[in-house]
Formats: sequence, C-alpha cells, structure tokens
Amino acid sequence: MQSPPDVRHPPKATRRWADMVPQLVLAPTLIAALVWVIGFSLWTLWISVSQSTLLPDMAYQGFEHYAKLWGSKRWTVAYQNLFIFGSLYVVGTLIVGTLLAVLIDQRVRFEGIWRTIYLYPLAISFIVTGTVWRWIFHPNTGVELALKDMGWVAARFDWITDRDLALYVVVITGIWHASGFAMALILAGLRSVDGDLVKAAQIDGASMPRIYRRVVLPTIWPIFVAVAVVLLQFAIKTYDLVVALTQGGPGVSTTVPAIVVYDLMFQRGQIAQGAAAAVMILVALALVLIPYAVWTGWQKRKEGTRHG
Amino acid sequence: MADATTHQEFDPLATGGMRRRLVSKAIVYGALGLFALVYLTPLLIISLNTLRPLEDIVRTGFIALPEAETMTLRYWGEAWGSFCIGGTCEGVSRFYKNSLMMTIPATVLSTLFGLLNGYVLSKWRFRYDGLVFGLITLGVFMPQQMTLLPWAFVLGKLGLSNTIGGLVFVHTVQGISFTTLFCRNYFVSIPDDLIKAARIDGAGFWRIFRRIILPLSPPIVIVTVIWQFTGIWNEFLFGTVFTSGANQPITSAIVAFSGSGTGERHYNVEAAAVIMAAIPPLLIYVVGGKYFVRGLTQGAVK
Amino acid sequence: MSSLTIRDLRKSYGNVEVLTDINLEAESGEFVALVGPSGCGKSTLLSIIAGLESVTSGEVRIEDRVVNNDAPKDRDIAMVFQSYALYPTMTVRENMTFGMECRNVPRAEQKETVEKVADLLQIGPLLNRKPSQLSGGQRQRVAMGRALVRDPKLFLFDEPLSNLDAKLRIEMRSEIKKLHQRVGKTTVYVTHDQVEAMTLASRIAVMYKGVLQQYDTPKEIYERPRNKFVAGFMGSPTMNFLDAKVVAHGDGLGLTVDGGDGAVMPVTSEKSAGLTQGQPVVFGVRPEHFNPVHAHRGDPIATLKVLVDMVEPTGSETILMSRVAGQNVVASVEPDDAPNEGETVELAINMGKICLFDPATELRL
Repeated sequence: MQSPPDVRHPPKATRRWADMVPQLVLAPTLIAALVWVIGFSLWTLWISVSQSTLLPDMAYQGFEHYAKLWGSKRWTVAYQNLFIFGSLYVVGTLIVGTLLAVLIDQRVRFEGIWRTIYLYPLAISFIVTGTVWRWIFHPNTGVELALKDMGWVAARFDWITDRDLALYVVVITGIWHASGFAMALILAGLRSVDGDLVKAAQIDGASMPRIYRRVVLPTIWPIFVAVAVVLLQFAIKTYDLVVALTQGGPGVSTTVPAIVVYDLMFQRGQIAQGAAAAVMILVALALVLIPYAVWTGWQKRKEGTRHG
Repeated sequence: MADATTHQEFDPLATGGMRRRLVSKAIVYGALGLFALVYLTPLLIISLNTLRPLEDIVRTGFIALPEAETMTLRYWGEAWGSFCIGGTCEGVSRFYKNSLMMTIPATVLSTLFGLLNGYVLSKWRFRYDGLVFGLITLGVFMPQQMTLLPWAFVLGKLGLSNTIGGLVFVHTVQGISFTTLFCRNYFVSIPDDLIKAARIDGAGFWRIFRRIILPLSPPIVIVTVIWQFTGIWNEFLFGTVFTSGANQPITSAIVAFSGSGTGERHYNVEAAAVIMAAIPPLLIYVVGGKYFVRGLTQGAVK
Repeated sequence: MSSLTIRDLRKSYGNVEVLTDINLEAESGEFVALVGPSGCGKSTLLSIIAGLESVTSGEVRIEDRVVNNDAPKDRDIAMVFQSYALYPTMTVRENMTFGMECRNVPRAEQKETVEKVADLLQIGPLLNRKPSQLSGGQRQRVAMGRALVRDPKLFLFDEPLSNLDAKLRIEMRSEIKKLHQRVGKTTVYVTHDQVEAMTLASRIAVMYKGVLQQYDTPKEIYERPRNKFVAGFMGSPTMNFLDAKVVAHGDGLGLTVDGGDGAVMPVTSEKSAGLTQGQPVVFGVRPEHFNPVHAHRGDPIATLKVLVDMVEPTGSETILMSRVAGQNVVASVEPDDAPNEGETVELAINMGKICLFDPATELRL
C-alpha cells in the first residue's frame, strides 16, 4: 500500500486548466461587456465634458455642454415631448392591452388567430410602422384625401402636419405597435390567476366585469408594473418611429431626445453636446430602472421571508 | 323530445340567461373583430397600393381599393431591381442582401455565445458569477446613444467602418446580452442533478454541453433566434450611423428614399419596398409565434 | 479492509462551517445510512464523497486511495439522485450507457452490461423509452440501473425514495435491500426518514448541525442513543423526555418526576451506575415501552400515573396523548388495552429499556 499523498498539495496542473474552462469560455463576453457597458459609458461621459466639437477632443472642458443643452429650446421641447409621449403611450398601451387580454380571456374561439393579429405589429420595424402610418395620416395621401374623394370636400384630418397635434399621431402609432405586447404579457398573467378565486367571486355574486375589476386585475398588478417599465424604456429610446413618421416635425413639435442626440452628433458636429444629451437619456433610463430594480429586489426579499 | 323543448322555451330563467349570453358573446366578438380591423388595415392598405398605378394613388390616396384593370405586380419588380435610390438604380435588392448578410451571422454568433454563456453562468458556478451575469445583462438596458461614438471609433480602428462586417460585430456584441439572459434563465430550470450525474458518469464541460444541454435547448434556441433575427433586421440607428450609401441595411434605405421629401414620389414602389422589408420578420413571427411570445415574456419580465 | 474512510473532515462555505470533524468508516459491503433532519449536512457529506464538493480539510479515502482531489469520474463511484437525474433527451438505454461512452468502453461490452443489469432490475422492456414515458417506480429503477452498470466500488444514494408515494416507497425500499444483498457493494445512503435508515442500514450515522452524533448499528442507535438528539430523532412517535430527579429507593436508586405525586420508579442496577442521589436527570421512555398496568407482562416495572387527554387509534396500535405533572407523555399501546379520554390511568414502564440523560450536556448517562 502506497503512502497517501498530502492533501494540501495542489492537484495536477492539467486539472487546474480543465477547471478553468468555464471561465475561459466566458472571458470573451466578459471582456466585451466590460468594454462595451462600462468602457463605452465612461467614454461618452468623458466626451460630454470634453472640448470635442466635430471630432473627439479629449481635453477637459466642463459641464458647459449640459448647460447649453438645457438652454436650447430644441432639447427642452424634446424632453417635454418625451414626458407627454411617454405617459400617454404607456397608459394607452396598458389600457388597450388590458382590454384585448380580457376579451381574449373569455374562452373565445380561434384564440391563436386573434393573438397573432394583435401582436404582429411588434414583429415589424418602427421604420415600416412609421412609414405606413405616415401615409395614412398625411392629408395628401391618407384619410383626409379619401374622405374628400368620397365627396366630403371640407374634410380635414391633418394632425400629422399640425404642430399641436402631431405628437398624438406618434402616440397613436406607438400604441398600435405595442399594445399586442402588453396584451400578451397581461394575458399570460390572467392565465396564471387561480381559477378558484374567480369561482369564489362568482359564488359571492359578482358580475364578470366586476370580477375582473375587483379580483383578477388587482392580483396581477406586478405584471402591469413590469409592462409599464418595459414600455417606458421603449419610450425613452424612441427614435426610429419618429424618424419614419414625422422626422421630428413639423418644426420641432415631435422631436424626442434620441433625435436630438443624432442631430447634434452627426448633423451639427457638436459631439460633446450630443454626448451630454445621450447621458441625459441614460439618466432617464436609470430613473426608471433603478427604482424598479430596487422594488423587485425588495419584493423578492419579502417573498423570501414569507416562505422561509 | 317535444316535452323537453317546450319546457326549455317556457323556462324564463333559461331563455333570459341564453339571451344574455348571446349578447355578451356578440359584444366580445364584435370588439375583437373591430380591433382586428384596426390592426390589419394599415398593412393591408399598403399591400394593396403596391398594385395600383401612381396616378390612382395621387388622385385618391392610399385608402382606396385597386381597380382590376390597372392592377399590376410590376412595382414589386421595380422596387426590387430597378428603382433609383441615391443615384444608383438597383432597387432594394442590394440593401436586402445587406440586411441578410448582417442579420444571419449576427443572429448565429450571438445565439452561440448566449448558449455557452448561459450554460456556464447557470451550471458552473464560480466566485463573482452573479456579478458577471449582472454586468452582461446590464447591456440589455444600454441606450444605443451612449455607444454611438465609441463604436464609431472602435469600428474605425478595426477597419470596419461602413462595412456589413462592422454591423455584424456591433449587433453580435449587443445581442449577447439578450441571448445570455435568455439562455441563462432557461438553463437554470434544468436540474443541477443532471449535471452532477453526468460528472459522475465521467463527462466533462464540453461533453455535458453537447450531450445534455444542447439536446434540451431547442426551445430557447428558437426563442433567441426569432428575437435576434427580428431585432437586428428591424434595427435602424446603427445601420444609419455606421454605414452609408450602398452598404446600408434595408431599414436605412427605406428612410433614405421614402423619407426624403424631394422629387416625385413613387408611392406604389415605395409601398412595395416597405412591405418587402416587413416580410422576413413577419414570416418568422407567423411561423414561430408561440416562441415569439415566450421570448417576450422571458425578456420583459426577466 | 475499509472501503470508505472519512477522517477529520471539515467543510465550510466562507465563515459558515457546515461539517465539523466527521470521522466515519465503512467496511467493504456495508450499507451505511446517513440520517438527520434537513440542513444537518448529510447531503453535503454525500456530495463530498462523490467529489461534487470540495473538502475544506481532512481526508476522504476510497479503499486505500485518498480521493480528495480526484474528479467524480475518477473515484469509481455511482450515485442515485433524489430527482433520479435521468437525462431527459436520452433513452433508458442511452442513460445507462452514457457513463461507459465517456469511458470509451467498447460498444459490444456496453450492450452486454446493459442487458445484464436490465435483466437484474427487470427493466428490459423499457430500454428504448424516454424517461418522460416512465412511471415514478420505473424511473427509480432506471436510476439504479444507471448506477449498477458502472460496477463501482461505492454506491451513493441521495434520498432516492422521497419522491415516491408511501406504498411504492416501501416496495422500493425492500427492493433496494434485496439488491444490496445480491450485489454486495459498499453503499452510502442519505435519508431523512429514520424508518428507512433502520430497515436498510447495517450502520447508521446520525447527523445534526454538521456534527456526527452517533455512528452505530441500528439496534445500538435505537436502544443506546448517545444523546438526547439521537434518542429523539430515531423512533416514531418520538421518545418521551420527562424532567426527573434521582432519589433513594430501597437498596438502590429510583426516579421521581418533577412536580409529580412523588411516586418512585426504581432504576435497575445496570442503569444506576454513576447516578447520585438528588441528581436532576432527563428521563427518556419510548412510547412503546409504556403499557397499561393490567396488560403489562414481564419485569422489572415501574408505574406512572397519567391523565389521558386524547386517544388516537391508528389501527395496529393506539396512541395516548397524556400528561403527568404538566409534562406531556405519549404512549403507544395495544388497541384493546387503550383507556378512554379523560381517564387517569397507571402506565407500567419497562425500566430495562429506559434512557437517562444529563439535562445540561444532553448526553446519555
């Protein structure tokens, strides 16, 4: 019998390498994520306080670009638009999505077909969506012309060229695009509700609308929060839809922050100010996501203590 | 039999209940139909306009039906092969090819990385793995605007400016965050005991991946492929910023020719191009709809 | 020669020590049950033996080889999991050959081995099915089959029966026992079910809070538990613990229950060694060692007067929930001998079977 080897000795080198395989597999992604998420953010952050104009210039300048940005009417309008668009878009999408989900939840026939119809806009790009709706909303090609052609000569439907109303065109198109998404998630939530709960409410004598309003929908409220957060993210990042639909116009009436970033960076040669605008977008996202992350973490901890 | 029917007819409660049920059914289906109309009409209208001559569209706008005698498919042909965009008259075929050359490799690569990363992060725990996962998934939330300048610089240094290869690279890196999130969350539900059993059976890292994990992966692979394909195909900002002219993907090309307000508009040709741009993701959506929804729920609720 | 030796084993995660100074040895062919409540460290210990977890200090030896740093595949072990862990995308046959495939065993030999084991477990007709097409009992059998084809030095079982319903569990239990008798391999079997441990094991390791409480034959563990925890954990209904005091009784010693009527229960000379008058003790009696006085056979006896609160017939025996001086007493008696609820009865105690514990150290005296 040979003497047992000392356990504290490191094992064979070959095994050490084999043990490293998982980390090695992950390494490219980790490096990419470090550079891309952390590195790029810091880079853009630095540019926003540098002397860059048409080309990057890494010399420090300070926070003047932020001041200039907030001083420009274009940007304040864009941020204001973001608030109006964001809130109407989120609320509208949630309402339409809930309505659709509840309708489909009535044990209807051909459920799959209805779902497919309502969700398909999400599969097509914002560019296609925006282009299609621009044609429909534009007085020269869309509803107004059709009404006139039918004999109603005085017909007017020119929201898209109206400074005060164009933003609502963006809202409507946005809701059309995303309400299927809200429907899918809310429907999944409705399906997860305990059937006994509905039976109990029926025995209590509640009508179907009341059961939804008082029992079913309140139990799935975390889903509404989750959907709202995702939609808010969409809203903050909105760019292509507006480009295809109105290009930010008429004037600056439908300009959103992402459009300002692009213009500043690539049209006006004001890289630093564009970077500052990009940072503001990141800030807006953080304002939505960090509270949500904290809240879900808190919820999970609460769950944890309740169960164990 | 006769008794039963009379009995039913004379039971006021039963008939009342029946009528109420019918009414509520009518309301439900009526509402569903109305919404369906709202969702389908836009795309339908634009599709029909690809068949109409330009004079018709200019006269009555998009909201009208094509007339049988003037209906033609030639605008599809024009849109595909001979329409002039920015000086060259090749239609959208070139941009279409660009989009495919960008989307397919980026989808495949990001899915592969996602599978491997998800496997490591769910089954080969190591120190700080949670932190690594958090960092990678942070990428899901990164606004593109924050990365535009650095990407432009990096692509320039790599000699990938204004190339499809550059877009593949950008979309792969960006996509890995999504695919890793999807795959990791899916693999977590595979019992760890399977991995332990396989290790006792003598299987190593790669054999477990090949023989245990991959055979269980088709559902999540379909989800990530659908998600990545539609996402990258539909993407606009990167395509516009990092490529120009003949190297742009289809989304940028559409904006380039339909968005510019100068010159005579060829609505029918433009409509055909727009529908063409919508077809690949729509096809994928219709074929893999179930998985598309699953991807949504996983991606959104995390 | 011992087939498995564990010496001074410690395991900690960060600052939390989950296993403390484990020493354990299994002879070749032995069936060792690791038993304890959940979180006691028994599954961790099994994972360490399997090589799925590393050792903080100490050594694990299989036969004469220290395996601390060996990968699971190099330890010559096989394991049956609680969840069975059958590879869902492989057929039963592939599940069983996967390990041999990893070890590059020739195909012909794989086939032969699988057939032999399939015969032994009577799973031949299932070989081409997927795990999802099997019943719980069949899955269990396939999981054992997968372990058997390995022909390992050591079999490890991780609560293999806990996913089965009660009836099937008893059936599979005896099947495991039969199988062990036939194959004769050293086996380590983790369970939280003390009945499983008692029926299957040649030796039982009772664990609690990461410490090995006692390692002995089932009979020893049951009759001479080393401490209050082991006494309480093994046996159902659980052993009664009454606070009592040692008093003089004739030539020898006796016990009186604290707060009781002062009746003295004589302690046998064998059990009174080391006891002193006035010493407080915890008096442990298993429920089945109580009997109504009129039905008691054999000696030596003592009696205890209790008030019966509740009577629970289970069919084969009747459980009495009763009280003496504010302390609960559970007794298990023949159904025919059972008193009524609310009655005060005198229970005879088989004093040869009692256990006395030190109230402070909880060790058996």
